[in-house]
Amino acid sequence: MRVPLSWLRQYCDPPLSAREIADRLDLTGTEVSRVERVGVGDPDGFVVGRVELVAPHPNADRLSVCVVDDGSGSPRTIVCGAPNVAAGQTVAVALPGALMPNGEPLAEATLRGITSSGMILAEDEVGIGEDHAGIMVLGDGAQPGAPLAEHLPIADDVLDLEIAPNRPDCLAVYGVAREVHAATGAPLGVDPTTYDAEPSGEDSAEQHASVKIADPDVCLRFTARVFEDVKVGPSPLWLKACLTAAGQRPISNVVDITNYVMLLCGQPLHAFDLDRVRGASIVVRKAHDGEKMTTLDGVERTFQSPTALVCDAEGPSGIGGIMGGAVSEVSGSTTRVLMEAATWVGTNILSSSSLLGLRTEASTRFEKQLHPDLAMAAQRLAARLLVEVCGARLVPGAIDAYPAPVEPLLVPLRPERVGRLLGVQIPQEEIVAILEQLGFELSGVESGDLLFAVPSWRSADVQREADLIEEVGRIHGLDRLPITLPERPLAVGRLTPAQALRRGIEDVMRDRGLSEVVAYSFTSPGTLERLRLGGEEPVALANPLSEDQSVMRPLLLPGLLDAARHNAARGRPDAWLFESAHVYAPGGGERTDGAGPRGATPAVERHHLAALLPGDGPSGWRTAPSPTDFYACKALLEAVLNAAGVEARVEPEQQSFLHPGRSAAAVANDGSRLGWLGEVHPEVAAEWDLEAATAFELDVDLLAELAPGPAPYRDVPSYPADVQDIAVVVPEETQAAEVESAVREGGGELLDTVRVFDVYHGEQVGEGKRSLALRLEFRAPDRTLTDEEVAALRDRIEARLAAIGGQLRA
Amino acid sequence: MEVQEPPVYVIVPGKCYRRDSDATHTPMFHQVEGLAVDEDITLADLKGVLLEFARAIFGREREIRLRSSYFPFTEPSVEVDVSCFACGGSGTLADGSRDPLCKGSGWIEILGAGMVDPNLYGFVADKGYDPERVQGFAFGMGIERIAMLRHGVPDLRMFFDNDLRFLEQFG
Ligand SMILES: [Zn+2]
Repeated sequence: MRVPLSWLRQYCDPPLSAREIADRLDLTGTEVSRVERVGVGDPDGFVVGRVELVAPHPNADRLSVCVVDDGSGSPRTIVCGAPNVAAGQTVAVALPGALMPNGEPLAEATLRGITSSGMILAEDEVGIGEDHAGIMVLGDGAQPGAPLAEHLPIADDVLDLEIAPNRPDCLAVYGVAREVHAATGAPLGVDPTTYDAEPSGEDSAEQHASVKIADPDVCLRFTARVFEDVKVGPSPLWLKACLTAAGQRPISNVVDITNYVMLLCGQPLHAFDLDRVRGASIVVRKAHDGEKMTTLDGVERTFQSPTALVCDAEGPSGIGGIMGGAVSEVSGSTTRVLMEAATWVGTNILSSSSLLGLRTEASTRFEKQLHPDLAMAAQRLAARLLVEVCGARLVPGAIDAYPAPVEPLLVPLRPERVGRLLGVQIPQEEIVAILEQLGFELSGVESGDLLFAVPSWRSADVQREADLIEEVGRIHGLDRLPITLPERPLAVGRLTPAQALRRGIEDVMRDRGLSEVVAYSFTSPGTLERLRLGGEEPVALANPLSEDQSVMRPLLLPGLLDAARHNAARGRPDAWLFESAHVYAPGGGERTDGAGPRGATPAVERHHLAALLPGDGPSGWRTAPSPTDFYACKALLEAVLNAAGVEARVEPEQQSFLHPGRSAAAVANDGSRLGWLGEVHPEVAAEWDLEAATAFELDVDLLAELAPGPAPYRDVPSYPADVQDIAVVVPEETQAAEVESAVREGGGELLDTVRVFDVYHGEQVGEGKRSLALRLEFRAPDRTLTDEEVAALRDRIEARLAAIGGQLRA
Repeated sequence: MEVQEPPVYVIVPGKCYRRDSDATHTPMFHQVEGLAVDEDITLADLKGVLLEFARAIFGREREIRLRSSYFPFTEPSVEVDVSCFACGGSGTLADGSRDPLCKGSGWIEILGAGMVDPNLYGFVADKGYDPERVQGFAFGMGIERIAMLRHGVPDLRMFFDNDLRFLEQFG
């Protein structure tokens, strides 16, 4: 909403600059997106002049030489090209040196031998209108030499406001004036809709036309007035200037008046050429599906129920509350006008306007639900202007179809509630004063409650005590609120067990040198194909931004592969990455178990943790970097399980996107499958331009279910561990997990930890075999183990390994 | 509130989606929302909590201001600005030029907030939320927006490129 300050100041004029008014509005809830300067930069040098003489230019057919009284006592010569210039006119003059809207000072100019010291102005030269066909002719009241700015808004500040959807009253200059009044205390001028025009004649509006609301569920009120002897023509300068500054193009006086009234008081109006309303009868009803009409913008549109149509005896003549029809448009030959001011059901306007793809100044106001009282108020203002500007005769009476008049709303306010909600005590007198300033009327006191009558223009958004308290709070001043903290001394925030678990395992990843990434939850069907994922269809977006982001990801791996490729292409092929986030599977539904928020969920969401280890692992002191292998990946996964306190084993399992011989599942002791790990299939890796990579992905929600509660206290080991590294040669097909569990069986309770730390294939090991290196830690809680005890345990381990075909290497 | 009786004090980070993609909009982004509902939570308490937050993130010298606003789920509703940390709230940089970060206003909008609209308690009346007895505040902010302001990140999309040269600056 563009509010020219000069227009605003006609109704509320605080002694504040444009910027200061904008700041007050900003803090009290009317957001000012900017303050724009329109017209000339500086009004100095623009004066009223009177044309005393006009003579043809001796050397140019189209130019005149004018003698103009500028009030200085010495008339000046101005060369003018406008055809309408004439002696006796009062005109707008720019003197040499005046700053024109393009920022250039006006210079004296010699035109075909005659020096012009100044310029007689057309509308477009000072931003009042678009007309450049002739000069502006001012009313006779203006005295030569008077500053032009006193007669025409040639320089103005315009407040560009963002109006909240609950405040249709502020889509109006007078509505904003009310806000400025409440926010600054400056007096508020009389409501421009207060006074009506004098009707004349013996007839009445009902004799000229009829109105019927056939569908009261789309139209609450339809008022109509009739005007005769209307002279359609261009609007006077003051009217053009108001509209232009507010961002509306002047069209003709009748149409400009409807726009002016809308901009000033917030009620859209529509003027019909009454002679083109067939049958002079209007019926308001819902559209029949498929019904057609051409709107004012020349577009033929097709309607469907429940869009509201204003129809005459033969069919649609306008879309209710959105745009009029071409059939009854006011034109230069119009003499009889039927003025419509109606109240439409806001929700229906909103849905109709989106259905039609047509939003207008009218629909943006109606969709926020205007009050029916405003319709008749706007008729009064429009009538005064039509009589004054267009010389119209107001036919006595008004047609008013208003099936269910709206009762005034009374809202009780308990004064102590104001302080309780805001946190600051505001005296009752001040509460009453603030609300009265906003137009609320204290209509009584009932057992301590203050009863406030809500003004019609706030009926859409103030209906409850809390709404009144908000009004008091914002005008009293949010900057005056004290700064306090909630008083609940025992309230201490903490993570849920599942959150603590997630944070713990994310820390494990970070501590091992992985970088956390955040990828989009969407992926493309093509990506899932490249992972050779068949089976279950992913959850598809109803309205995707692109094919690349058209399905919800069923696993985290693709985001990690994308990130790895991105970094490999930028010289970081060894970036170890992880992500901790939700994945999505079909099969959502209505939640009714009370364990979480109610409502429908479109997908089953699980929290996953995934890691991708491309390229070479980190190098150690004694080891050169070697390609990250399955065991490094498994060690990382085990560190995660360890942090979660969940025991699991690794079992062979095929995955379409993993190397067939180097893929496995992590299975918890109770048999539930936690996730997968393995080497990314070389063909998949190649799709992402990666040499080789290992990865795992775990269901963290499942992990959280299996995780033990807070760990019981465990003695700090006071006796040292006996650490032994062993190498085991096993047949190629023997899984590491089998080796590990054989070692654990042999080691019994005194074997504290087992970890596979290296794998070796080679000639020394032999064809079809491989060697695993394991680190064993033996520890007793109550003593230092003797060498003999440890040797005995090693013998038992050796025996168990032999049972699975394994052999200890020296 | 559907699963817990009052009082409730909760902070909820999460992913949000919108159909938009440019330097300041990504189709996925993160929000942190906070909710405190108890018997005596006030708008002044909200101001205190958000001032603590603003100072923790943007520095001890920061001030905040509340501007009246509108959200369908809070009443009263406010927009919250933090005093500009680039120009110290003056709107002008050391060289006398207008601060582009706060556009010369000295304030930067960081979040929306308000007192929980009493109508909302009607949906969880079975859990003991009675608007005559409980009241509280709620707020929500975009994590990436806060991070962009704090670290001067020029393009929101950088948060989702997962470029190590970017990520490692915040390790
Ligand atoms: Zn600044």
